[in-house]
Order: sequence, then structure tokens, then C-alpha cells
Amino acid sequence: MSGSPARARVSALLLVAPLFLFLAAFFVWPLVMMITVSVTDGTVRQVMPETASAIGAWDGSGLPPKEVQDALIADLRAPSEQMAFGDAVRRLNSEVSGFRTLLSRTTSAVRDLPPDQTVDLAGIDPRWGEGRYWQALQRAMPNYTDRNLLAAVDLKRDTEGSITADVSANRVIMVRTFTIAALVTALCALIGLPYAMIAAASTGWVRNVLLLAVLLPLWTSLLVRTASWVILLQNEGLINKALIAVGIVDQPLQLIFNRTGVVIAMTHVLLPFMVLPIYSVLLGIPRNLMPAASSLGASRLRAFWHVLLPMALPGVASGSLLVFMVALGYYITPALVGGAEDQMISSVIAFFATGTANWGMAGALGLILLVTTTALYLVYGRLSRSPNMVGA
Amino acid sequence: MKVTSTLLRIGGAGLALGLMVAGGTASARDLTVVSWGGNYQDAQKKIYFEPFSKKIGKPVLDESWDGGIGVIAAKVKAGVPNWDVVQVETEELELGCADGFYEKIDWAALGGKDKFLPAAVSDCGVGAIVWSTMLSYDADRLKTPPTSWADFWDTTKFPGKRGFRRGPKYSLEFALMADGVKPEEVYKVLGTPEGVDRAFKKLDELKPNIVWWEAGAQPLSLLASGEVVMSTAYNGRLAGINKTEGKNFQGVWPGSIYAIDSWVILKDSPNAKEAMNFIAFASEPVNQSKLPDYIAYGLPNKEAAAMVPAALQKNLPTTQANLTGAIALDGAFWVDNVEELTKRFNAWLAK
Repeated sequence: MSGSPARARVSALLLVAPLFLFLAAFFVWPLVMMITVSVTDGTVRQVMPETASAIGAWDGSGLPPKEVQDALIADLRAPSEQMAFGDAVRRLNSEVSGFRTLLSRTTSAVRDLPPDQTVDLAGIDPRWGEGRYWQALQRAMPNYTDRNLLAAVDLKRDTEGSITADVSANRVIMVRTFTIAALVTALCALIGLPYAMIAAASTGWVRNVLLLAVLLPLWTSLLVRTASWVILLQNEGLINKALIAVGIVDQPLQLIFNRTGVVIAMTHVLLPFMVLPIYSVLLGIPRNLMPAASSLGASRLRAFWHVLLPMALPGVASGSLLVFMVALGYYITPALVGGAEDQMISSVIAFFATGTANWGMAGALGLILLVTTTALYLVYGRLSRSPNMVGA
Repeated sequence: MKVTSTLLRIGGAGLALGLMVAGGTASARDLTVVSWGGNYQDAQKKIYFEPFSKKIGKPVLDESWDGGIGVIAAKVKAGVPNWDVVQVETEELELGCADGFYEKIDWAALGGKDKFLPAAVSDCGVGAIVWSTMLSYDADRLKTPPTSWADFWDTTKFPGKRGFRRGPKYSLEFALMADGVKPEEVYKVLGTPEGVDRAFKKLDELKPNIVWWEAGAQPLSLLASGEVVMSTAYNGRLAGINKTEGKNFQGVWPGSIYAIDSWVILKDSPNAKEAMNFIAFASEPVNQSKLPDYIAYGLPNKEAAAMVPAALQKNLPTTQANLTGAIALDGAFWVDNVEELTKRFNAWLAK
């Protein structure tokens, strides 16, 4: 191989090219798409071009002038691509419920009439006599919208265009998501650190058993692990039966379908993500440091506090980040072992993404989650001043 | 330089191989049928998928899914879908049909529309089963049987928790019935803002006592473990668990809501012709009539329904006695309102 630096650079670039391609295809592109889809509109404009140009001049009060109504009729008469029309209808119905049936009824009525006949829209469906359907049409025309982003944080624009509160619970659910994730992370750290220390300190089969106990759940399906917790935690489940048999309680404790159940199950499921990073950091700490500390007169506690713990902290930090991030996206576990007040934001995102194909809303919620998480991450980095943080 | 050209060569070969594999699978993919999984799909495998595969002499692939028009939209918009025949719920049928996600059904190949229940006929789909969501309880635990949604709400007469499917669909309908609305007027009332308020107000009463479930198997385990005294549940699952695990779970037919699941063919499916043949095969009376043997769902093909033995008839939603006081799910209502009402429902839950 020749030693020319330019060539070396080219081959180095080629070596990392797959990585960049991978990042671009699986990370950057979906991210850009998610942001784009949450702020773009224009599906309605695309299938109703005449209405789009006519409705812009309307002041939004009462009913729009006849030109707008005629433009809508012309648009509905013109043959349009069915899927594009479907996108437009979904967009409109998501703003005003009932737009779907209104448009399908109007379209078939308009297309059945001879082209030269005048059409009375309110005669086809009285809803055309209401201003709000027209206002929704007008609001749907611009190519960009803040509607989804506002709705993601429980806000909307009223008919005058100013921002007001909307009936939804996304903010509450978002805060709840972060609370549960933080609680689970803290518990994982509390259990995971001693566990990793014992595993790292032990040798031979004991270490193998300890590691296997952490790894085995990772290889089991999430659904199976969650279902097992249902069996353990329910009122007539093993834990309650044991507690009653021992005489600690008379009545079964409510351990499931509430926050307790969610936190227990999620902590168990996510514990490996905490134990493994700490364990690998601990393995890298020279074993003679603790004896060295005691030879200098430190008590065991002091040696732990001033020597071992600071060196193990990067492991705890990366474990915590992993657990926290993974926990944010949970929704199967809360759905199965949680109650109504334990549902997390992913279930809302899933509803919009798969349930109603409202990808704009799903994207907006995802974006809000991403931005909040990034902000928290930066704050965390600033506070911990950990050297392995990006951007801190 | 050598490294560069080797890398390029490897990359090129990899790309070519990738394209070959992708191209190869796209054109030669076998008919793929997608249904709801569980013991329902096991039954379908026995009576539809395997016999049909034998008939055409080619494999039939089957997958399962959990529903959602977003899934269908993503598959169809991707170009050539990797599913051919899918079993969908009422709303997915209506939404997808309006938005052009499905191929049109060739009703002549099925022997004409009048062979089927009117509600099972659509331009884009053929009814596959009729199923009910109903009030259910464990008759071994509950000595006085509840008979209505008013009983479901009555926590003094029947102390204990209640299982409810999380989401506005069914919850609002059942709440209105509990509040005294006649079953046949439920959707008329629900169509007004006051009706929706009334339903949420009624749900308020029961809220502290509700355990919310999401997957169809959950209410059964909730009932079995005594976690709840009553729950909403799917009729097929009830009859199934009574048969397989010797339970004595009972359902209340008056006030139940039945719905039809349909077979659809995804737009631009490369196996559209075979897909249509499959649907015709699965709709033939002699094949379809075997289903209630495995799972207690009603049959949309009238001839098939008539062939079901009387002993099995009593568990089916389509049996005349079970239809008294029951209503059909209003797909059009939910297609219009599901987004707004889910938003409100979530806000109500979080309150």
C-alpha cells in the first residue's frame, strides 16, 4: 500500500463510509422525516387547489363567499388520486370530527349531479352551513403548520388564531413518563451498583451464576417477563399469598394495576442495562487500590467512598443514561401491569402512528419527547461534568 | 489503492447480491395472509390456510398483527406491500376502503352478495367473522348473575373491581346503556355533544373501580384470578376458555355489541388473484362452517351459518336469541370520532 496521505485519507473515509451511511439511513433521515412530517401540511391544498386559492381571501367570519363554495365544488368534481384524497380527509377529520363523512357524502352527491347544475352544499349536508368546517378548511391550506406541535403540548389555535388550551393530557402523560423513568433509573442504580460490585468481586461459578441471573431475563421475551409479574403481583398471586400466609398482612396488597406494579416490573426488566456497564467499569479498576487505601489508613467505608465509588461512577452514569432512555419508550409493561394513571407517552404516540395513521401528530409528540430528553441530557451533563458526556 | 478497489468490489458485489435477494423475494413471495394470532389463527390455519395451500400446491405464509390503519397505510404507501390478505376490523375496513388502501372485491367469485349477511358486504372486504364484546363474569364465583350494564355499575350489589377495555370505543356505549339509554338509541345519543358528556359522567361513577385491559386475553385472567368480578370480554374467548380450561365464564347477550371482521386485499398486492381465490375458499360454506368448532364466532356466509350444529349455535353472536337487545358497532361513528374521543378519553383518564 502506498503511503500518500491523500490516499490514506480516502481509504480511511471508505472504511467509515458504511458507518456514515448507516447513521444517515437509520438515524438522521428518520429524524428529519419525523420533524418534517410534524410541521408540514398541504395534503388538503394538493387535492383542492381551487379552494386553496379562493379561501385565502376569506376573513373567516360567518360563511365564506360563493366563490369559495364554487371552488370547493369544482375541486370535489375533479377526479383526484384516491390515496391523496384520503390523506386530506384524514387531516381534516383530525381537526373537526365528522369531516370524513361530510366529505364523502358531499363528494358522491356532487359527482352524481350534472356538471352544469348549481349545487347547494348546505342542502347536501347542513354542516356546510356551519362556519367551523370552513374555518378548518382554511386553516388546513398553508404548507406548514404548528398545529401538531401545539396539540402535542395540549394547545390549539382558536378561530381567531390565538393559542388556547386544548382538551388532552399529553403534558401530564409526558411528565409522568419522565417521573417513572427517573424512578426506575434510581431504583436500578440502587440495586445495580451493589449487585455489580458483588459480581465483580466474586470469582468462578458464583460470578457466572450472578451474571446469568442478570442476562437470562434479557434473553426472555419482554411480554413473558411482564406476564410473569402479573402472576406474581396479583391479589391472589404468589407474593400476596405468601405475605398473608406469613401473617404480615390480612388483606392482599394492591401491587398491580398501579404505579407500584409498573415500577417493580420495569426495574426488573431494565436492571441488566444498569448492571452490565457498572460491572465492566468495575472490572477495569485495579484490585490493589482498596488494599492501598487501607494501608494509608482509610476505613473500608472511606475507601469505598473516596476510591471505589468515584471510579465506578462513569459506569453508573452510562447505566443510568441507558436505563432512563430505554424506560422513556416503554408502553407494553405499563399497559399490562399499570393502571389508568400509569400510561406513558409512547402509548399515545403508538395510537397516532398505528391507530389513526396521523403521522404528523405522532411525529410532533416524538419531537417534543426528543427535545425534552436532549435538554435533560444537557442539564445532566452540565451538572455531572462527566468527561464521557457529549456536548457538556 | 488495492484496499480501495477491494472495498469497492466487495461493496459492489454486496449491493448486487442485496438487490438480487430483494428482487427475488418480491416477485416470488408466496401468498401471505395476516390475521389476529392466538388460538383463532391456529384454527384458521387448520381450516383455511393449510387446506388452501394443499389445493394450490404452494405454501401459504401467515402472520399476525394487532390492528391499526396506520400499519396498513405504511404497508400500502411503501409501494408493493409484503402482505396480501389481511383480516381487519370495521373501522379499518371503512377507512382503508375510503382511502384506496384495498383492492376491490370480486363478488361474482364469491357467489354474489346475497349469500352473505348485509353487514358483511363491502366494496373492499368480505366478512370473515361476527364477534361480540359483552359483559362477562365467572359464574363459579358470582352466585347472583348480573344481567345488565346497570348491574355492572352497581358496586353495592356486586362489590369488587370491573375490567374494561381501555379506550373510548365500547366504554362510552356501555356507559350510556348503564345510564338507561336503550341499546338501539346509543349511537343517536352518542352523536350529540350532550350524549358524550353523559357517557363520560357515567364513567366517572365507576372510574375508581375499573381495571383497564388492552389485550383480549387479559379479561379472562382478571376474571380467573378474581382480580375483577365482572369484565367486558370477547365472546369467542369466553367460550374458548370454558372449553379448554373447564371454566364457567358467562356472558350477557342483551346490551352486547357485535362487529364484523373482514378479509381485505392490500392495494397492489403482487398475489391479488390468488388472494381473491383464498378469500373465496375461506368463504365457502363447507369450509367456513368448521370455524365454530374451534372458536365461537358467528359466520357471515348464511349457508355456512345454517350448517353449524345446534349445540354450537348457542354461543354464537349471530344466533337469533343472542341478537335480542344486542347492537352492531357503528363503524362510521368511530371512523369520524375516534381521534377526538380518544384525546378526551386520555384526558379523562389522567384527571
